[in-house]
Amino acid sequence: MAVLLLADVANGQLATDAVSKTVNALAALGDVHVLVAGQGGEAAANEAATLQGVAKVLLAGDDGFSHALAEPVADLIVSLAGDYSHIAAAATTDGKNVMPRVAALLDVMIISEVIKVIDADTFERPIYAGNAVQTVKSRDATKVLTVRTSTFDAADAGGSASVEAVDTAATSGLSEWIEDTVAESERPELTSAGIVVSGGRGMGSEESFAIIEKLADKLGAAVGASRAAVDSGYAPNDWQVGQTGKVVAPDLYIAVGISGAIQHLAGMKDSKVIVAINKDEEAPIFQVADYGLVADLFEAIPELTEKL
Amino acid sequence: MKVLVPVKRVIDYNVKVRVKADGSGVDLANVKMSMNPFDEIAVEEAIRLREKGAATEIVAVSIGVKQSQETLRTALAMGADRAILIVATEDVHQDIEPLAVAKLLKAVIDEEQPELVLCGKQAIDNDMNATGQMLSALLGWSQATFASEVRIEDGNAVVTREVDGGLQTIKAKLPAIVSVDLRLNEPRYASLPNIMKAKKKPLEEKTPADYGVDVAPRLEVVSTTEPAERAAGIMVGSVDELIGKLKEAGAL
Ligand SMILES: Cc1cc2nc3c(=O)[nH]c(=O)nc-3n(C[C@H](O)[C@H](O)[C@H](O)COP(=O)(O)OP(=O)(O)OC[C@H]3O[C@@H](n4cnc5c(N)ncnc54)[C@H](O)[C@@H]3O)c2cc1C
Ligand SMILES: Nc1ncnc2c1ncn2[C@@H]1O[C@H](COP(=O)(O)O)[C@@H](O)[C@H]1O
Repeated sequence: MAVLLLADVANGQLATDAVSKTVNALAALGDVHVLVAGQGGEAAANEAATLQGVAKVLLAGDDGFSHALAEPVADLIVSLAGDYSHIAAAATTDGKNVMPRVAALLDVMIISEVIKVIDADTFERPIYAGNAVQTVKSRDATKVLTVRTSTFDAADAGGSASVEAVDTAATSGLSEWIEDTVAESERPELTSAGIVVSGGRGMGSEESFAIIEKLADKLGAAVGASRAAVDSGYAPNDWQVGQTGKVVAPDLYIAVGISGAIQHLAGMKDSKVIVAINKDEEAPIFQVADYGLVADLFEAIPELTEKL
Repeated sequence: MKVLVPVKRVIDYNVKVRVKADGSGVDLANVKMSMNPFDEIAVEEAIRLREKGAATEIVAVSIGVKQSQETLRTALAMGADRAILIVATEDVHQDIEPLAVAKLLKAVIDEEQPELVLCGKQAIDNDMNATGQMLSALLGWSQATFASEVRIEDGNAVVTREVDGGLQTIKAKLPAIVSVDLRLNEPRYASLPNIMKAKKKPLEEKTPADYGVDVAPRLEVVSTTEPAERAAGIMVGSVDELIGKLKEAGAL
């Protein structure tokens, strides 16, 4: 049987990194059919069709499926579910919003944040903020899962799957989209960036957080933040890295003025190289850092930015 | 408007979790347990809605071991009016899966008829992030997950949601399930007089059999292991040394 994968699409654009890594994660389970839901999804569908491992793209273009509203999108997936052994999405906020709903409608248990596919029924997932890894075997007929993309490589391009229209119309009408407040940024996206520079409460203020952004721009990096930095208003919520924020695994992660609470580590400890800059030599962040520098960040960060 | 708040008893967020050597799970014996932090936020939001006059009654519900009574007493001390405990297991190591929790909550909701359910976005033990969405599906209700702002207006919950790209605002028709995110509010501490008062508030005890719900797990836990350890790193003495090391390692 095949795998149905709900694609993340925002403003008509495929979230290529998330979708492509999810395709790769699931490729061993069978042909992957990608579902693009929402009006104006043609370009996203065509792009998904070029990912290797994708056998078919389904485009459900009814406007009722736009903005990834959970109720109509879950109904749509359930209407297609009969053909599939596995139904999946990346563990993004959209995926996490829709997939448990799909699972409940099918009377199956969701398998969230899969980090390894062992076989068609067996998966690994982190629990307790990544302090333990659980291997679970599903007894359900259909497996519904979300995939933590940071642990998988992207699928190659060069495929040429067909794109088929799905004529289903959305009927639910339970909730209504009002607006998106999306920060426009020239920087790479946090979850797919090769380098991430994150600031914590140690940054002290929104103004001084700017030195993190300067360093990030010098490195062509994305900017992240601890929850304390977000809560204090130094950084927007979508920069939060951690157990309840974004999970990142870049080649280089630079943590500045971040103590290293387990909830923060949960979001970055799989990074290839970790650098920690903190004035407190006892800070737990140094226990996961490959390179630690005990220093006042207000001296070290400008110097680092200057010398790079 | 009646508001229902499901609250879960979980390991305290400050406790460092230890995996049992035999791979059978994590060690919860003699470990500090608390209300799931997101659920405190949900209880707080319910109380604020009542303070604004939008909510009339707050019912807290917990599913799990008998000791979840303590979690419910905390919710009552914060300001919930009454509580329902569904004792679904005697084993502190047995997690009740979100699908089973959602089925039990649906049964409670069929009896209680609340117009709004405020739950946490995620339990910090199993990190599932699923129960609210599943419950909403079983009820056929609207859902608004990851809320950082909730307003009740003309039969709708107008909810600002924390999403990957920033924020999204949606209007969910009541009755609705709203799952709350960290920035929605700052939960209050229960005062001593309120803790005393909470002891007298009604706490009803039930079992899954009372609702005819099967809580048998669908996911068999094959093993629980420690995550891969990172190799020990080194301390550098200066910014120059840091740059040198990063270049050597090919990270820059
Ligand atoms: C349910 C729940 C979920 C959570 N989820 C997340 C999450 O997803 N992500 C997350 O990050 N947190 C999360 N947290 C919060 C987490 O527990 C910590 O509170 C948070 O990570 C602390 O952020 P911080 O390291 O920036 O702040 P602090 O712990 O206050 O650390 C600040 C650090 O800055 C250093 N510092 C200060 N000034 C300087 C200076 N001039 N130069 C150099 N160093 C300096 C200090 O030595 C200190 O180590 C969560 C908490 C809960 C309860
Ligand atoms: N056993 C439980 N008892 C009461 N509420 C629960 C239980 N499990 C989950 N919940 C609620 O569902 C939310 C999400 O949990 P989860 O889906 O397990 O991550 C929690 O924050 C609680 O509000």
